[in-house]
Amino acid sequence: MQGLDVTLRQDAPIALDARFETAPGEMLALVGPSGGGKTTILRAIAGLYRCREARVSVDGEIWSDSAERVFLPPHRRRVGLVFQSYALFPHMTAIGNVAAALDHLPAAERRRRAGELLELVHLPGLEDRHPSSLSGGQQQRVAVARALAREPRVLLLDEPFSAVDRATRERLYRELASMRQRLSMPLVLVTHDLNEALMLADSLALLHRGRTLQRGRPADVLQHPVSVEAARLLGHRNVFTATVVAPCDAGGFAIIEWCGHRLEASPAPGFAAGDAVAWMVPASKVVLHRRDRPSRGTTENPVSGIICEHLLLGDTTVSVLKVDGVEDGAITFQVPVHVAERNALGVGERASVSLLASAIHLMPPAAET
Amino acid sequence: MDWTALWLSIRLAALTVVLLLPVGIFLGRRLAYGEVPAKGFVEALVTLPLVLPPTVLGFYLLTLFGATSTLGGMWQALTGSPLAFSFEGLLLASVIVNLPFAILPMQRGFEAIPREIREAGACCGMSPWQVLRRVELPLAWPAVLTASVLAFAHTLGEFGVVLMVGGNIPGETETISIAIYDRVQAFDAAAAAKMSALLLAVSVVTIAITFAFSRRIGRRLG
Repeated sequence: MQGLDVTLRQDAPIALDARFETAPGEMLALVGPSGGGKTTILRAIAGLYRCREARVSVDGEIWSDSAERVFLPPHRRRVGLVFQSYALFPHMTAIGNVAAALDHLPAAERRRRAGELLELVHLPGLEDRHPSSLSGGQQQRVAVARALAREPRVLLLDEPFSAVDRATRERLYRELASMRQRLSMPLVLVTHDLNEALMLADSLALLHRGRTLQRGRPADVLQHPVSVEAARLLGHRNVFTATVVAPCDAGGFAIIEWCGHRLEASPAPGFAAGDAVAWMVPASKVVLHRRDRPSRGTTENPVSGIICEHLLLGDTTVSVLKVDGVEDGAITFQVPVHVAERNALGVGERASVSLLASAIHLMPPAAET
Repeated sequence: MDWTALWLSIRLAALTVVLLLPVGIFLGRRLAYGEVPAKGFVEALVTLPLVLPPTVLGFYLLTLFGATSTLGGMWQALTGSPLAFSFEGLLLASVIVNLPFAILPMQRGFEAIPREIREAGACCGMSPWQVLRRVELPLAWPAVLTASVLAFAHTLGEFGVVLMVGGNIPGETETISIAIYDRVQAFDAAAAAKMSALLLAVSVVTIAITFAFSRRIGRRLG
């Protein structure tokens, strides 16, 4: 099989139950909260961590197979790893760091090749600087160049953007996205930032306590979490419980009953009328009704209430609407600042919104704990 | 000035450092990276010469080196000469006495290298041996230097253990510290003063060199 194929399982000391494969050229994002075992998974792929039950293969070559007692040490796996701290060799220059991973080339060619790699990551003119005199973003580029130097069969990136400021991060995103077109190996990106995964990755594995909760295209996973737990991990705040009235009505929507509100939702063939169900709607799919000019859209799942929280976040605002007649019905929604101003949004104000029916996603109810 | 005693001291100190370097690098590194079983016990054992009175340590070493002991007997059978009261015995004792001076600084030096940096070496395709040579040693170099200087200077000044294990045989086991004591006993204050001044100068110079080196390396690694 081409690409990276990983199966890891153990109960202690770090619980792991992860299974995924990544095709050549594909970038898989491992997303989950800190301490969820993401870095441990990367370390296990690189051979820096020995998992009890492990099978790691790349393009059919076995790197780890606990059943067959195969375990290649890290220096015999052709792997490129960009550490979260970058882990540059402090006693070597930028070009020395990259050349250190070029032992497979004849000595005379190493410096030339290292120079090419530094050019690839847009770092010309700084070859002879030591890491201590490079900025965070420059260090990250050296780390990427060093990881690529070995011509790795798989490239692993452990939160590579967490240690740089926002402006640098956005530039590095663009650079990585454009550089990816030239990379033909599987890439695995560890991040706790969902937006990073949405922007860069082709597929996403949602991890919690070392367990893969869900796999799929990032946008699909985000909009259709398989469980309440997954929805919470993905940062959805609008997660509620309801009862199914009809799994699919004549208009092609499911109908659910939520504390006296009848809502249309995207169809859910797995449910029957009368089933208890959890439902969610992304904050971005909650549409504010204009006060001055109500439009046709106001008939789509309208709810109204009083705003109980209102926060300014850069050029958008986040508001929480306490829905009339619903005990714990607080709907979070986002609008641009100018929309919030025009509609005079603020704590204590009345507002009404539409929950876009096609974005209401039904899930099995959370297990009682 | 007793040049024979000075030369013997320098030879003893240099050989002690040469023998201790590989031991210190191996054990200091293993202790730093937690690769030693019963780490606490090994650390305590390594530190013991630091707190044990030199005469007590010297007494046990003398017993260990004596012709009736296993080690002393084996040495005698192999080389035909006794281990106690010989230069070789003195050297072995000196290595043991200096274990904490060599191993503890090196352990701290290796501990100071972040785990990711060593792992990055492996991910660059370096074997464990290459990681040691190209990453760990260059980074732990100030600690290795400090350990060597400490062991060297300490050997030059060691008195109690030397006297117990080596006695005072000119050209064989009489070191400069013993010679100073010997001169004082013989009311030759002038010779004792000269030798003491020389030891003082050697100590100041070694410490100056160590400090200068570690500061330069510290600046470079920033």
